[in-house]
Amino acid sequence: MMNNESMEEIGESQEYTEISTPPMGLKMIAREFKKDKLALLSLVILLLIIAVTFIGALIIDQNNVMTIDIFEKYSPPGGKFFLGADEGGRDVFGQLIIGARNSIVIGFAITIITSVIGVGIGILAGYYGGKVDNFIMRIVDFTMILPMMMIIIVFVTIIPKYNVWSFILIMSLFYWVAKARLFRSKTLSEGRRDYVNASKTMGTSNIKIMFREIMPNLSSLIITNLTMNFAGNIGIETTLTFLGFGLPANVPSLGTLISFASSGDVLVNKQWVWLPASLLILVLMLSINYVGQAFKRTADAKQRLG
Amino acid sequence: MWKTILRRILLMIPQVLILSVLIFILAKMMPGDPFSGLIQPGTDPAQIEMLREKAGLYDPWYTQYFRWLVNALQGDFGASYQYKIPVANLISERAMNTIWLSLLTVILTYAIALPLGVLSGRYQNSKFDKAVVVYNFFSFAVPSFVFALIILFFFGYRLGWFPTLGSVSPDVEPGTIAYLWSRAYHLILPAITSALLATAVTIQYLRSEVIDLKSSDFVRTARAKGVPTKKIFTRHIFRNASLPIASMAGYEITGLLGGSVVIERIFGFPGMGNLFITSITQRDYSVVTALILIYGLATLFGTLISDIIMSAIDPRIRVQ
Repeated sequence: MMNNESMEEIGESQEYTEISTPPMGLKMIAREFKKDKLALLSLVILLLIIAVTFIGALIIDQNNVMTIDIFEKYSPPGGKFFLGADEGGRDVFGQLIIGARNSIVIGFAITIITSVIGVGIGILAGYYGGKVDNFIMRIVDFTMILPMMMIIIVFVTIIPKYNVWSFILIMSLFYWVAKARLFRSKTLSEGRRDYVNASKTMGTSNIKIMFREIMPNLSSLIITNLTMNFAGNIGIETTLTFLGFGLPANVPSLGTLISFASSGDVLVNKQWVWLPASLLILVLMLSINYVGQAFKRTADAKQRLG
Repeated sequence: MWKTILRRILLMIPQVLILSVLIFILAKMMPGDPFSGLIQPGTDPAQIEMLREKAGLYDPWYTQYFRWLVNALQGDFGASYQYKIPVANLISERAMNTIWLSLLTVILTYAIALPLGVLSGRYQNSKFDKAVVVYNFFSFAVPSFVFALIILFFFGYRLGWFPTLGSVSPDVEPGTIAYLWSRAYHLILPAITSALLATAVTIQYLRSEVIDLKSSDFVRTARAKGVPTKKIFTRHIFRNASLPIASMAGYEITGLLGGSVVIERIFGFPGMGNLFITSITQRDYSVVTALILIYGLATLFGTLISDIIMSAIDPRIRVQ
């Protein structure tokens, strides 16, 4: 795959070549989605969930939702509340909307932070090699062998004044390493290509080669990895919240509602508390992953449908 | 070969040391010490101070670290504040449960993944293959706790086929056949659940490996020789495709240990993962520290096994 700059140059000098260029970037993704209707449906569902939860969360008053009302304890759906109430008499529907919004935003934030750090460090290590690479890979290898989930849980319990930001930071601290490892190995093979050598001979600065030349060539991989990670991070956040070590108690997440199902009584007799949130997570994860797979196919010419 | 293994083990030593330092720092950051639990109304603070002084809690950190390390190497992690018994005893009891659960999960995982992976690769694009791909997609995308809850809801509560809590029924005598049966019965549902979730990587890998190998030169040679198709798949292709799978087995086991926290929690299974959550909720930090160390060492050991298998299979990656 060529990078965009050189494409433009060719386009300027010989206009007719543009007609025969293969579809690139966004156009290719659009073709893939056109071909795979299920991927398109997943994308629509995903965007719909995001739109509804974000607009809903703006309208719904969080303080009102989180107010405890013991007279409404576990009131079934259809009464005062559309989807019933939880243990504290709090509106399940409101918590579902706000919780989904929180889970999505936090999952997204962690994805972005870990991607910036992971991709950046991965490219640096892969490009420079030698001592820099050695040093970074030692850290990465060590972090990979840690029982991450348990250490995160310990951090969550010992950090004073724990809030959403501390959660995002703790997660980011551990989850950039796998990315750095992946992008290092990709940069290692990409850095040996002719265009990189040509750039070096021409005296292009290292920074420019890394981030304007190598990185665009890894962009399809970055997008795929970002999408899959987004789903993964929502999964980890809701899992931790479900176990009681995720978001602080006053910030609802999709995991909060499901954690009520830890008691057998709620699991069996009060499904309205946990079932909607579980289904929402399922649909969310399946559609993000399906969209991610479509991206993945786009990145690999052999697997492309469109 | 032995040289490679020895070098790989030597490489582990600094990792173990850093791991122990990190865990020691975490342990120091955790609030409370072994004597906080003794404080009761009417206890003389000076007496507690004396106990702390005597236990060496005011020594410099390196003295404390080495004492902790030496004790930990001997399997002495102190006493649990909650249960008032040595941590080692508490954990070894739970560890057996987790080991049995993991063992059954690994067996089930491969029992499901190997045939599905090979057959879906062999009959690529058939209905069966498509079904396997869909199943694989689900097991990869579904968060484990949601899946486990739904399984528990249907098979544990709704249908009532399996117990919903514990590792053995309270009303059976230890040592009898009924006791063993009860233990196995309690293992089945959590093990199947985690096996169904764990198959994704293996199936995916095996399937694409088989598809690749189908058109490789040695398969064409075997066909030309007149080897029956069935034998080509069971002997030639499966053997070659299973080598990388074997090398991933070590990672598989460490992944299982990590995932056991969620599964054990949901099925109320008294293993190490469940003990970890209970201990951290009750601020029983000597147990927490010991558990993290054990999980960390288990992970290291798993990667060691994988690396050894891998270097035995593929001479190119032996440590120089």
